[in-house]
Amino acid sequence: MSEARKDDTILEVKNLQTVFFTNSGLFRAVDNVSFSVRRGETLAIVGESGCGKSVTALSVMRLVPDPPGRVVGGTVTLEGTDLLSLEEAEMRQIRGNRISMIFQEPMTSLNPVMRIGDQITEVLRLHQEMTSKEAWTKAVEMLRLVRIPEPDRRAQEYPHQLSGGMRQRAMIAMALACRPALLIADEPTTALDVTIQAQILALIVDLQKRLGTGLILITHDLGVVAQTAQRVIVMYAGKKVEEATVEDLFENPKHPYTRGLMASMPAVISFGAKTDARLNEIPGMVPSLTNLPPGCAFAPRCRLAIDRCRAEYPPLQEVDVNHLAACWRATELVGAP
Amino acid sequence: MTDQRPLLEVTDLVKHYAVRGGVLRRRVGTVHAVDGVSFSVARGETLGLVGESGCGKSTVARSVLRLVEPSSGAIKLNGTDITGLSKAEMRPHRRSMQIVFQDPFASLNPRMTAGDIVGEPLSVHGLATGRAQQERVAELFAQVGLRPDQMKNYPHQFSGGQRQRICIARALSLGPSLIVCDEPVSALDVSIQAQVINLLIDLQRKNDFSYLFIAHDLAVVAHISHRVAVMYLGRIVEIADKTELFANPRHPYTQALLASVPVADPKAKRLAPMVDGDVPSPINPPSGCAFHTRCRYVMDRCKVERPALVEAGEGHQVACWLNDGTGRPE
Repeated sequence: MSEARKDDTILEVKNLQTVFFTNSGLFRAVDNVSFSVRRGETLAIVGESGCGKSVTALSVMRLVPDPPGRVVGGTVTLEGTDLLSLEEAEMRQIRGNRISMIFQEPMTSLNPVMRIGDQITEVLRLHQEMTSKEAWTKAVEMLRLVRIPEPDRRAQEYPHQLSGGMRQRAMIAMALACRPALLIADEPTTALDVTIQAQILALIVDLQKRLGTGLILITHDLGVVAQTAQRVIVMYAGKKVEEATVEDLFENPKHPYTRGLMASMPAVISFGAKTDARLNEIPGMVPSLTNLPPGCAFAPRCRLAIDRCRAEYPPLQEVDVNHLAACWRATELVGAP
Repeated sequence: MTDQRPLLEVTDLVKHYAVRGGVLRRRVGTVHAVDGVSFSVARGETLGLVGESGCGKSTVARSVLRLVEPSSGAIKLNGTDITGLSKAEMRPHRRSMQIVFQDPFASLNPRMTAGDIVGEPLSVHGLATGRAQQERVAELFAQVGLRPDQMKNYPHQFSGGQRQRICIARALSLGPSLIVCDEPVSALDVSIQAQVINLLIDLQRKNDFSYLFIAHDLAVVAHISHRVAVMYLGRIVEIADKTELFANPRHPYTQALLASVPVADPKAKRLAPMVDGDVPSPINPPSGCAFHTRCRYVMDRCKVERPALVEAGEGHQVACWLNDGTGRPE
């Protein structure tokens, strides 16, 4: 990675390890994951349920429920500060201020008995010295920024009076109120209808460009990734298995899991495609994290697996310029379709 | 598809729900969940029903199975109108129509073994008991890609995708001619989704039954359906052959819907929202064409008069006033 890139790095995560202690044993939800986010950049984290993408986000926010979970290794550096070494009180100064998060279901993240305006005002007054009047004006301004019609009136309303799309807009307004350096969006549009999803994604991308915020977008939808991200991390069973720019990843995926994911997605426009054409499925299912195979976790489902894959975990290696993959056979596959 | 008569024929289906309020629980409004929907499904055909939340697609599915009582309209299965039938009269017809729900966690009884769940319909309809039933269930398990030795396991011992397979086996047990699938893969991961879609396609090829396939994911619907109907606020706004609909959508709502799906190609054009605002409430749907509040081609006529679903091409029907009622070619 070049020097110029390092300069605007706002978040640097190194060898992050988060484990959960459960009745069925210890499992590594996030296993040795490293990545960085630059100013104004969108990094997408993709994977299926249980792959550790959400726990990675929660670890960065220091919101992993303890017990049963705990961050046991690695560093998380936000604008030069190591978040993992902070006291909880210091962390509270950062959360919602320098780093914010929006979740999948806006209704469960908004307080149902507080007016929308008051919820945004609360964030502002907690982190910035403002009179309640100034904060209210700023809150209305934020609602206008996220293109909520009649922001003055909407600020007076309660969450249940807003539609799903509007609630997610309000969440975004709240998250961006203090102009954080980093925004984490965990499946922000999964609960929304497709026409509303398009509106919200366009809004997030537009605001991020205008405010220069770094964005971590967690999603399972490769379409969303292709349309919003600059760089992508693919996770499988707690590990980062591939990282590349969005163009490289879609043009030349290296890890068999990434290839499998792309092939198993039905495409909307299938001109001339046979109606009952079969999809390329990935056989089997995601392994349980408490009972991982010794080698590559994907080996039991991988068509290309060789004996070495089942015995030894493949390290992440640079298989192409700025393109990392953890697969013993990734380099053999260069150029393959 | 030798029999020319459609397997399922739905005519002018309406389902209204009362909204009650005040101390006397008086009727203060009406939810127009389904507002005059007509369509048919041929034997061996898959009709996809798409639309956003609250458009009435699930209510249509449930009305077809008479899990909710329609307010008016007719539902003909194999030529018999089933809307007025009593519970007892309904029973023989229930064998020929089954449903697979979205959430395989909620639709399986956690206290029954997988084998008993799949075998129960056989007992209820008195088709097989004891040894014969066990054998039939084992056969069904094999058909949906489960091992017969998993019959004694309980639902919690299965993954989401496997549970959906159990639901499918249960739906198959009575040899139905119509299976209603209400968002059957929405709760599953992408790689598992493909497995279940493939299974549904394979089973149809083998058994030649029809699907009424409801989903909000256009890609999934595009993949599995032969014909697709698009719903908006309780009405069908467009219905056509799958390839025709996706290649040549005529209703501005269908066009907006298709344009909103993020394409898995970074070089494709960026997302540009085609419609602003939210879906209006079905309690007080807009006058005229329900989509007029969000349509960018709206004309005066759209606000007062409701367009009917009319032929705009071969097997392509659309409800839009543009171009003399044939919609807008893209």
